[in-house]
Amino acid sequence: MSLDAATIRRIARLARLGVGEAEIERLQTELGHIIGWVEQLGELDLDGVEPIAGVGHAALRLRADEVTDGDRVEAVLSNAPGRAGPFYAVPKVVE
Amino acid sequence: MSDMVELTGQSLAAALDGLEKGRFSSVELTRAHLDAVEALNPTLNAYITVTAEQALTQAAEADAVRARGEAGLLCGAPVAIKDLFCTEGVRTTAASRILSNFVPPYESTVTAQMKRDGAVSLGKTNLDEFAMGSSNMTSAFGAVQNPWRRRGDDSPLVPGGSSGGSASAVAARIALAATGTDTGGSIRQPASFCGIAGIKPTYGRCSRWGTVAFASSLDQAGPLARTVEDCAILLRSMAGFDPKDSTSVDVAVPDFRAAVGRSVKGMRIGIPAEYRAPGMPEEIERWWQQGIAWLRDAGCEIVDVSLPHTRYGLATYYIVAPAECSSNLARYDGVRFGERVEADSLDALYERSRAAGFGDEVKRRILIGTYVLSSGYYDAYYLKAQKVRSLILRDFTEAFGRVDALLTPTAPSAAFGLGEKMSDPVTMYLNDIFTVPASMAGVPGMSVPVGLDSAGLPLGLQLIGRPFDEETLFALGSALEKAAGFDHLPALRAGAVA
Repeated sequence: MSLDAATIRRIARLARLGVGEAEIERLQTELGHIIGWVEQLGELDLDGVEPIAGVGHAALRLRADEVTDGDRVEAVLSNAPGRAGPFYAVPKVVE
Repeated sequence: MSDMVELTGQSLAAALDGLEKGRFSSVELTRAHLDAVEALNPTLNAYITVTAEQALTQAAEADAVRARGEAGLLCGAPVAIKDLFCTEGVRTTAASRILSNFVPPYESTVTAQMKRDGAVSLGKTNLDEFAMGSSNMTSAFGAVQNPWRRRGDDSPLVPGGSSGGSASAVAARIALAATGTDTGGSIRQPASFCGIAGIKPTYGRCSRWGTVAFASSLDQAGPLARTVEDCAILLRSMAGFDPKDSTSVDVAVPDFRAAVGRSVKGMRIGIPAEYRAPGMPEEIERWWQQGIAWLRDAGCEIVDVSLPHTRYGLATYYIVAPAECSSNLARYDGVRFGERVEADSLDALYERSRAAGFGDEVKRRILIGTYVLSSGYYDAYYLKAQKVRSLILRDFTEAFGRVDALLTPTAPSAAFGLGEKMSDPVTMYLNDIFTVPASMAGVPGMSVPVGLDSAGLPLGLQLIGRPFDEETLFALGSALEKAAGFDHLPALRAGAVA
């Protein structure tokens, strides 16, 4: 199985992952092979089976609605590749 | 030199005992390990970052604490930390270019607890990038070597993955023990490849807070060590409820060490018929049968069981794990932390930063995950995998109605050569065929070294237990360990002539 080039470009765009034209053909084969392999799940009759997102040993907890952390601007920004004052800096988004 | 061998060659339990009895100080013990790291790490590449100065400071503090009679569980013991646990002020890379300069301003819960208990950190160990791999070949910081060699053959072998640096370091005696994480086998498979013990505890046993996330419904931290008892000591420190992780389970942490050596008489051990892989070496089957015989001799009752959906575990995993990965790794966008490649627009900045920062395997998993979650494909892949996961969990629940634990091989092969199995991703994925099902079900699994194959490489057996019943695994693991008497040493190790 091979995924078509348009599909590779579409999912790369959705993932915001730059993929060069030279890589497309290799990814069509590699990803196609993986997808073809996982399609073995089609052999199973899954009618009436409940899906699970996890094993759910923990019951979701509630806590008091209060501030427990904050006022750590320098720590939060300490790894920012670009900053302007107490803000992250990014290329201009709004004209 | 013999002093150094004595210091680095002992178990964590023996080292803690020696510290308590004043036979040596933590500074001496730590320095012996740092010397061994310096000698061996250039070859093994097990550590990405060595924190020698900090380790000696921590060791001196530990000696002072012990002198005051306030020694914690791990006081003064030099250990290694997988470079997936955030460590305050110490670079944490996840073996990825995108985090190559990331210095966390906070400490993960697991490592904070180890610090609380007095552990000395020698440094951060190598891994597959973002813990995605079974060979440690996908690290942006280079491959790790397994300290073992095939008999009469000096070609380097992989340590397994993703906790390959931790496993290699512990096997080579350049750490007393190490932390790992396991999403689909990343503690158990490298433990088996390197001839050491390792346990992935029950999902929810160790906090995930501050551990770089790969697949959040599967990721679980655990110890790698040279003995089952050492794993028990380290797990006790790592485990425990944490309000900062919504999937952390609020149950008491037992004294796992007390379960080591406990009688296994009368325990019912399930042997699942499905744990046989195509092309699996006959030797693995033979060691499995040997393990069954040992447990029978120890008084266990051996029961044939079936986990019929085992064969679908891997395919299910390679939908669920990439889906969660694609979501978790969305945060690496070149804006808040990590490497950035400048661009004119925000989208181009994201795309170029991520293209430059991630390696091939991580990109494949992000793309597969995005595909199976995308509109029009969600039901056919992700929803279907969630249903199969339900069936896999049910297999285990039903089996544990009849038996106390399961015994299987850990991996379908011994360690393979550096660079092998790289031509096709699916071939690499097959390494995790026996470890993934327990991950999907969230149940604990332990690998124990039992013997060597004909090439002289270690092989492990896996014990799988009921949720939150790691104690049964420690009892059975120590029974296997005692029967096997595994005392073989890797070619490369502290104090051995290289």
